[in-house]
Amino acid sequence: MGGKQDPTANGSPKSESMGAKKASPDLLNSSFSFKSLKLKTKQQELLLRVSILGLVYVLAFIARLFSVLRYESMIHEFDPYFNYRTTLYLTEKGFYEFWNWFDSESWYPLGRIIGGTLYPGLMVTAALIYWTLRFLRFFVHIREVCVLTAPFFASNTTIVAYFFGKEIWDTGAGLVAAALIAICPGYISRSVAGSYDNEAVAIFALLLTFYLFVKAVKTGSLSWALGSAFGYFYMVSAWGGYVFIINLVPLYVLVLLITGRYSMRLYVAYNCMYILGMLLAMQIRFVGFQHVQSGEHMGAMGVFLLMQVFYFLDWVKYQLNDTKLFQTFLRITVTSAILVGGIALGVGTASGYISPWTGRFYSLLDPTYAKDHIPIIASVSEHQPTAWSSFMFDYHILLFLFPAGLYFCFKRLSDATIFIVMYGLTSLYFAGVMVRLILVATPAVCLISAIAVSATVKNLTSLLRTKQKVPQTGSTKGVGSSKSSSKVTLDQSQPFQKNGAIALLVGVFYLLSRYAIHCTWVTSEAYSSPSIVLAARGAHGNRIIFDDYREAYYWLRQNTPTDAKVMSWWDYGYQITAMGNRTVIVDNNTWNNTHIATVGRAMSSYEDEAYDIMRSLDVNYVLVVFGGVTGYSSDDINKFLWMVRIGGGVYPVIKEPDYLVNGEFRVDKGASPKMLNCLMYKLCYYRFGELVTEYGKPTGYDRARGVEIGNKDIKLEHLEEAYTTSNWIVRIYRVKPPTNRL
Amino acid sequence: MPARNWIFAVAVALFLSLSTFSSAQDLQIVNAERRIDLSSHIVKAFLTLKVENIGKDPAADMLLAFPPTQIKNLAMVQALAVTGKKKKKTYLPLDVKPSEQPDAPNDAGYFLVSFATPLGPGEAVTLEVLYILTHSLEPFPVEITQSESQLVYYRDSAVVLSPYRIKQQTTFFKTPSTRVESFTSVEPANRAGKEIKYGAYEDRVPYSYAPVIVHFENNSPFAVVEELVREIEISHWGSLQITENYRLTHGGARHKGVFSRVEYQSRRSISGSSSFNALLAVLPPRVNSVYYRDNIGNISTSHLRTGFKKSELEFEPRYPLFGGWKATFIIGYRVPLEDYLFEAPDGRRYLNFTFGCPLVETIVNKLTLKVVLPEGSKDPSAVLPFAVNQDLQVKYSYLDIVGRTVVVLQKDNVVPTHNVPFQVYYTFKPIYMLAEPLMLVSAFFFVFVTSLAYVHIDLNIVKK
Repeated sequence: MGGKQDPTANGSPKSESMGAKKASPDLLNSSFSFKSLKLKTKQQELLLRVSILGLVYVLAFIARLFSVLRYESMIHEFDPYFNYRTTLYLTEKGFYEFWNWFDSESWYPLGRIIGGTLYPGLMVTAALIYWTLRFLRFFVHIREVCVLTAPFFASNTTIVAYFFGKEIWDTGAGLVAAALIAICPGYISRSVAGSYDNEAVAIFALLLTFYLFVKAVKTGSLSWALGSAFGYFYMVSAWGGYVFIINLVPLYVLVLLITGRYSMRLYVAYNCMYILGMLLAMQIRFVGFQHVQSGEHMGAMGVFLLMQVFYFLDWVKYQLNDTKLFQTFLRITVTSAILVGGIALGVGTASGYISPWTGRFYSLLDPTYAKDHIPIIASVSEHQPTAWSSFMFDYHILLFLFPAGLYFCFKRLSDATIFIVMYGLTSLYFAGVMVRLILVATPAVCLISAIAVSATVKNLTSLLRTKQKVPQTGSTKGVGSSKSSSKVTLDQSQPFQKNGAIALLVGVFYLLSRYAIHCTWVTSEAYSSPSIVLAARGAHGNRIIFDDYREAYYWLRQNTPTDAKVMSWWDYGYQITAMGNRTVIVDNNTWNNTHIATVGRAMSSYEDEAYDIMRSLDVNYVLVVFGGVTGYSSDDINKFLWMVRIGGGVYPVIKEPDYLVNGEFRVDKGASPKMLNCLMYKLCYYRFGELVTEYGKPTGYDRARGVEIGNKDIKLEHLEEAYTTSNWIVRIYRVKPPTNRL
Repeated sequence: MPARNWIFAVAVALFLSLSTFSSAQDLQIVNAERRIDLSSHIVKAFLTLKVENIGKDPAADMLLAFPPTQIKNLAMVQALAVTGKKKKKTYLPLDVKPSEQPDAPNDAGYFLVSFATPLGPGEAVTLEVLYILTHSLEPFPVEITQSESQLVYYRDSAVVLSPYRIKQQTTFFKTPSTRVESFTSVEPANRAGKEIKYGAYEDRVPYSYAPVIVHFENNSPFAVVEELVREIEISHWGSLQITENYRLTHGGARHKGVFSRVEYQSRRSISGSSSFNALLAVLPPRVNSVYYRDNIGNISTSHLRTGFKKSELEFEPRYPLFGGWKATFIIGYRVPLEDYLFEAPDGRRYLNFTFGCPLVETIVNKLTLKVVLPEGSKDPSAVLPFAVNQDLQVKYSYLDIVGRTVVVLQKDNVVPTHNVPFQVYYTFKPIYMLAEPLMLVSAFFFVFVTSLAYVHIDLNIVKK
């Protein structure tokens, strides 16, 4: 709680480091009057801090607008389309309708209870922003609100990062953290304009919860703990990643307990946050009673009970003055508590009251689990283990600053720094397990790196400043008596130190500017593509737009019966319902593995077998994505083995080796006969054999895989081509009604 | 179906020709020549009539009659009086309005043409009448495949339907190509190239009717806008924002079976000949900020050419339109205010803008034109050269408190000839222009004052 002394001591060097020019006239004026100057420096520092924060806030917003400038104001990728569709429903029909919405357009014929199977935080947030704007007479379209929700919350995250940094280190670290997180690619990748996904608000909620909790632990105040409980509630309402909070916070508490840092403040903070947070989280229907019933949440409860035992023992210790008696009592209590807890857990698990860990949770702890047991999780590219290159890509210099920051944290260990170290290390582990979890680690990495940057720069500048002043006015100037005393010993090797400090400072600024350049480049090149519209460079350097997805979806929307059912691989489900407004068999909410496996089975069967499956599912149209003409590689043929695996996981008639030749996946003449005649192959390559795709190549040359296809004479019996987009990326087939059997 | 219609038409004809019609026998048509242009899906008929007054009293007006099958598809009737000889012809527009006749045989519809000066006994006048029919080409076969060409029926009468005796008449049908499957023969009738000639017929009694059917190839784009909502928003800060919501459909023979991309892109001339994928919109000159999008985003296939007299927007729907296929889209643009907003002598302001649909060669089934006046406007009134439904609404836009008055003009069956100027008059005090900026200024002022107050007020109970 040494806050009284800190701001003045930290503030002025900071303002020097960020804007050395502004502070120097102050030092010259210092001879006028000491008192007025001090106030002025403080005001100036405040002004500087507020304006830096303001600029960072704006920067975080505009850095995410590349996608709007490059393309248009549109929703990106897959899941955001579902979120957009539900938000639209929420704003049109109101909250209760939304809550009770049974969506018959997805998962035909099962349907989906939307209100009970989603995290409503994002939609409610966007709808509230929308209603507020409308109330203020800004008649914006809900789409604009949705598109800009992610950048807006990214901006808010920078503010939280500032306060968090201030809490764990000082204002300088806070400012640096805000600046780093504003442009960190690891975060931008999930929060560009249009990426209207749960993570957009969840990272804000995550950091807010952590910040408030750290603050609560630091102050022991109920109000901060309450705030953190509400932050947690918001997080639960927004994203499934809340499980990270409900496991990290108890772990942190446990570590504090073990390291002997137990205090009344911790007791208040954790109990309030846990109990209230749990009760609030139960209000979210999708989460329900998981906090008391699911294995993933049991750790938090265990720690909660442990805290009670701790407190009880503390009280008993206070009551009993006899140490020996207390020791005995301690032994009995701890044993019985562990025993009772263990029995309760055992009985709960055995009776099925407490559900075991889910596959997703397992796959986080054990990276190889998903590959062996749940192909549907392993098939998603963002669930793959992270490559080193993507760490470098997303963190750049932060990757090197992180260990340095850890060093500083360990050097000045406190409750707050222990928290950030734990957050950093655990989240970095998870980031290594799954690509998408880089996002969760990003705030921690930024904060810890910010500590490294801030502490280094501060040390260097104070070194430089003491140098200048020692010859001038001696030690009367108040830089901080504690520091000047330590500098005295260093003053011996003056010329080398000064130059070294300058060189290091230049180095730091060079690194930081490289970081800024890298972030801008990554944002504009890699993370701003909506992936609905594909762009390529033509032969003359002109930009070619492939808008085939929307062409196909709009065709479906306008030219098919409104009750038509469309079968496609699950990746496109959300987009078809949102843009095409048609019923789909499976979609990106992969809750029913069997249903997806059925589609996978249909795609990998022969046409007449597939026809029976499609008839049983009432399918009217089949949609496939094909990149053979344009060379678009993430098409259905390249995803096909996953369909086989997922289908084969439920229906053993589908065997992966049938589609491979010597363990190799091929589509040319050497492909396996089953492959050449399965439904997916036929639908993708139907009449492709007549087409010349590339000059100097034979007809039917697949540009995505660089081979001439093996089956050019494809006849369809039960399906007919209904529509193929201008670049052949999406092909839609109509399922013919059965012929009369007379 | 056609056969039944045919019998019905013959019955009508017999009935009509037998019935005697007493009124307006003072006039007779000396010569009638009718040219019907069937080259697009908008049927244009040019009728040249030489009318003579054979009665004793001067005649102030005359009637044009249309069979009931045509009257509901009749988009427009215009009449001009021709005076002067060949080289020095002058045309005088005449007033034409629909008229009800109590004893109209078989629901025939009428239009009353008022002469510029009453036609005295024994005098004659030459009239040029233009009438436009929509939805009058009936595809047959009703469904075609991608490679087939589109054939349509056109039904009309070989003789002009008229309440007056016609002494001599001819009718020409102009087809878009030389491919004519069949046409009803009413002697003398013959075909030469793209033209079918009926007549000349001598001395036909009033209400003569001789139904004919022409079956021919027509691959012109049957672009039908089922509904068009145009919104013109006036901002006195310097621009007009126009937003047009289209619901377009291909009104020709329905597409049947497969759509093959291979055939469509490699054999374009024979495959999908009745489909269309390029549209042209004629926009005002000095147009700017043009956009073309639909419910799910921007459509990138468009091209704008700006010019001094007009701008042309060439654009393609997301997919080619085959028979029965639909596409909805939005076109929006902005034009400078000074070109379209003027001050009337009496101090009122008026907007002078073009009615109708900017797309060329399209039929609009239902056109709703909304003129959004600035907030604070009063006493709106619209002036149009033809009858439309008028209505008033209120719309809320950015920073509106009382809402903007919207003049709604609604008309069915609109063709390109309806693209004529119209005016909307209203009164507006310029002081209202300042309302919104002042609101913003005061809002910002309030924010700054509160933050100022927040910084300076110490809310702590205990003094530190």
